Formats: sequence, structure tokens, C-alpha cells
Amino acid sequence: MSEAARLSAHLTRGARWGLGEIAFWLLIVALIFLVPSRALLINEILIAGLFAMSLDLILGYAGIISLGHAAFFGIGAYGAAILASRGIHDPILGLILASLLAGFLGLATAPLLLRGSDLTRLMVTLGICLMLGELANRNSWATGGADGLNFELTPIFGLLPIGFTGQRNAALYSLVVLFLLFVLARRIVQSPFGLSLRALKENRLRAGALGVSAPHRLIVIYAISATYAGAAGALVAQTTQIVSLDVFDFHRSADVLLMLIIGGTGYLYGGIIGAALFIAIKDGLSTATPEYWEFWIGLLLVALVLGGRERIGARLHALLPRRLRGGSAA
Amino acid sequence: MSEAALETRGLVRRFGGLVATDNVSLRLEPGARHALIGPNGAGKTTLVNLLTGILKPTAGAVLLEGRDVSALSANARVRRGLCRTFQINQLFPAMTPAESLCLAVGERLGRGGSWLGLAGADGAILGEVEDLLRRFDLLAVMDQPTHKLAYGKQRLLEIALALARRPRVLLLDEPAAGVPEGERADILAALAALPADVTILLIEHDMDLVFRFATRISVLVAGRLLMEGSPAEVAADPRVREVYLGADAHG
Repeated sequence: MSEAARLSAHLTRGARWGLGEIAFWLLIVALIFLVPSRALLINEILIAGLFAMSLDLILGYAGIISLGHAAFFGIGAYGAAILASRGIHDPILGLILASLLAGFLGLATAPLLLRGSDLTRLMVTLGICLMLGELANRNSWATGGADGLNFELTPIFGLLPIGFTGQRNAALYSLVVLFLLFVLARRIVQSPFGLSLRALKENRLRAGALGVSAPHRLIVIYAISATYAGAAGALVAQTTQIVSLDVFDFHRSADVLLMLIIGGTGYLYGGIIGAALFIAIKDGLSTATPEYWEFWIGLLLVALVLGGRERIGARLHALLPRRLRGGSAA
Repeated sequence: MSEAALETRGLVRRFGGLVATDNVSLRLEPGARHALIGPNGAGKTTLVNLLTGILKPTAGAVLLEGRDVSALSANARVRRGLCRTFQINQLFPAMTPAESLCLAVGERLGRGGSWLGLAGADGAILGEVEDLLRRFDLLAVMDQPTHKLAYGKQRLLEIALALARRPRVLLLDEPAAGVPEGERADILAALAALPADVTILLIEHDMDLVFRFATRISVLVAGRLLMEGSPAEVAADPRVREVYLGADAHG
């Protein structure tokens, strides 16, 4: 191979789809059709996976830590619910508008995260989420307050009802949204913009000395991440057709961080794998030891972060034969 | 007199009562090979930070190709063509040399904010990255994570990254610092091969390197310029021998 070809192959290695990746997505489709009785659980995993992937965009790719990512999840959920209760019954339109609303909130609050330490960022994100939760509680004329908000949606394309009467459709709907947003995220992290985020995360001093403007780049990725989190929130609201104040709960921000750490940061699949493990463990253990399952999650977490920090996905990945491996996990 | 590539006029920087930079007026002609030397604590680092925009001067001005850039941020000065390397490597440890250079070239071409293109599929960027890898002898290790490279290779990448911005003026901050003897020749060769039209200010401790590379030398002592001259003049100056060589000069 010529030097030029070797260089080009090296720089574009992450953009190629590996067979392992294709199998990953086909497996999810197969599960939805083969185990329709667990469609509700699969839907929950897909949405949590999208939420964790949105956190990965800022934490794994830009090094921004957040303990209030549920702010955008909640805005997306209430955005979708309020739109539907005020006459916009089309789920796709509602999803897009609600996600964009969350994105704008991300754009507006991102400048608050540019200064200060990680502790500052934890407190700012946590504080914003608390404020939004309380605003939702207070403005019950729009949100239904503590009673929550019920609403009706038309079937997707007028054909496929989602929600409790169409749990498989709901899971498929979430899967399509997750997949499309995953493909977009995959392009973003492989783009020059994505490369500059990696550089900023690895060495902000040098990235600046090469002309990378940190504030602009970080604000953009934060807004993208917020849009993704909003989409996850909108999906939860739409597929259950009810939304309540718990979408802003602190435990949501904490859980999504746990899922991402369990699955591994900085490679997009980590969020989805982490969400699957987290929810499967929770589901399995909470039937076996309903009062005790968080003990095992806690133990797993401590073992993971102390034991080499290596992502679970990467270990599974290493078990695959070389030709099956995709690029993006490299 | 032609326009200087880089000039300082009466540059002063105080930290409280300490005058770290004391009325420094320095002038680099286009394409100069100029060295800045001085004993530890002479204020070389402060001066570099004033030139690059990390610090703002208490008084005086920095001019880049005739334009006053004193009020510009470090980032804006980089975009005007003033780049630097670092005394202690400032690299991207988990990124490969190819990726690091791809970033630097892409940023210079203004593509860094684009989030749909593929970073490694742009022909213009690729050609330039390949050229830089070849010139700095990094082709063989281009796909290894930077933290795994030999130290000498890392120093070469340090220079290549700055050059990827196609600077008009390049500040080299002790480029050979810490390089083992066996890899030193590579650094010297890379320095000798820098484009002639790039104006270079070399900040260096290593006298052998300074006398090989520079055609003009400024000596900084206690924040002030002690003298400026050709290498021969500087070597012959008794004041320089005294402050720089210390006790040996008296011996």
C-alpha cells in the first residue's frame, strides 16, 4: 500500500462499518420480533441507551461532566407531552420539536459550563435541572403538576399506533430514532469537528495553540447532546403517553451516568451497552431481591472504575475475530 | 528599513513588585533565525507568553508584520500566523501523529468546525499531512498513539504541529530539551530544514544548538536585553561571558 493510501485508510478507519456493528443492530431488531413479550423492556433500554449516548457526546468526547442531564430529558418529555395535549398529535413532528426545544436550552445554558472546574459544572448542571423540575411542578396549568399529563397521539404515518396498545411498534419507533441519531453521532465524532473535540479533551492548551476555539466547539457539542437527550425524553413520553415530574428526578441524571460508565465512555456504543446491562441487571435482580438489587449495581460500579476502567464493550469487542470488528470502537 | 516580522516596543510586564520583563525592544526581520538566550530566571518564559498572548503586557506593544497585536487573544495571534512549540511536549497523547496533523491542517483551512465531513477524507488535508509526516520522518509511526512514540519523535511532532499552521513567525521553545543524544541529530536536521521564509525565534539553553542555528542572538538578563549581535559578537562579549558562563568566566 502506498503511503498516501495507508494514511487515508488510517484516518478513515473509524468510519467503516464492521460486521460486528451490523450484527449488533440486527440483533436488536430480531429481539423485538422474537420476544414481543419483552418489547416494553427493550423499549426502555433503547431510550435509556439514547439518553446515555447523549451524555457520552459531552462526557466521552468533550470531557464535560454533568449531574443534571435529566434537564434536557425532562424538557424533551414535557415538550412532547404539551405539544400533544395542545393539538400536535403527530409523534414525529412532536419528537422533532421537543428535541429542538431541549437543544435550544442546551445552547442557552452551555456558556455557564465554560468556566470553572468539574465541581462547578456538576453543580451548575444539577442546579439547572432542579430549577426546571420545580418550574414544571409550579406551572401545573401546562404540565399537570404532580398529577402528570396524559395525552393522545395519532399512529405513526397514520398506520402504526405506539404506546401500550402497540408496544412492539413503540420499540421499533425508538429503535429507528436511536439508529438514525446514532448514525448522525457517528458522523459527528468522525468529522473535523469531532477531531477537534478529542484534541480539546486531550490537551486544551495545545489545541488552543493550533487555533481551536474551545468555547465555540464545546457550546455546539453541548447543544447537540441536549437535543439527543431531549429526543430520549420525548420518546419516553410518547411511548408511555404519560409524563410526570420524575423525568427531572436526580436519579435519572445519576442513572444515566452509571449506565455510561458501566458501558464505557467515548465510543457511542457504551451508552447502549451500559443501558442494556443496567436495566437487565435491575430487571433480573429486582425480581430476585427486590430490596437489594442496587447493592449489586453499586458493587459492579466500584469494581469497574477501580479495576482498570476498561470499558466492557471493548472487552467484548476484543473477543470478536478481527474481520468482524468495526471501526468506531477502535 | 523593511517591515519587521515580529517586533516588541518597550515591552514591560510586572507581577506585583517584580519586573519580569523590563523595557524589551526586539526586532526580527522576515526569515530571521534569531535566538533568545539567558540564564534561568532571566524572564524568557514571560517574554514568550507576552509574545503569544497568554499574558498581556503592563506597557509596550507586540507587532506582528507591522500590526499591533497587543490586544489580540492568543488564539487570534495564531490565526494571524504566530505559532509556537512548547518546551515540555504539549501533544495529544491518545491521538496518532496523522490525526494530530490532520487536526492542525484542518483548523488552518477553517474546516475544524464542520461536523458532517469526514476528517480523513479531504484530499487537500491528506496531501499536506503526508508531506509533513515525510518531512519530519514520522511516516513509519503515523498510526501509533503519540504517547507510545520515542521521545525524539514526539519532539519532531511538536515542531511539525506548529508548522502545520503555516506560521509566518514560529517560536521554538527549547526544541531539543530532554532529547537523548542518539536522537539529537534528527532534531537539528529538522530545524535546519525549516522553510526559509518562516521567521524563527529560538529560545534555548543549549549553546551548541544556538550557535549552529542562529544568525542573530539576543541575550536576556533579569528581564532586560543585555545585548544583541551576531553569534561571534555575543560569544566575544565579556558581559555575556560573565552572566552566562558565571564562575567559569572569572576562573
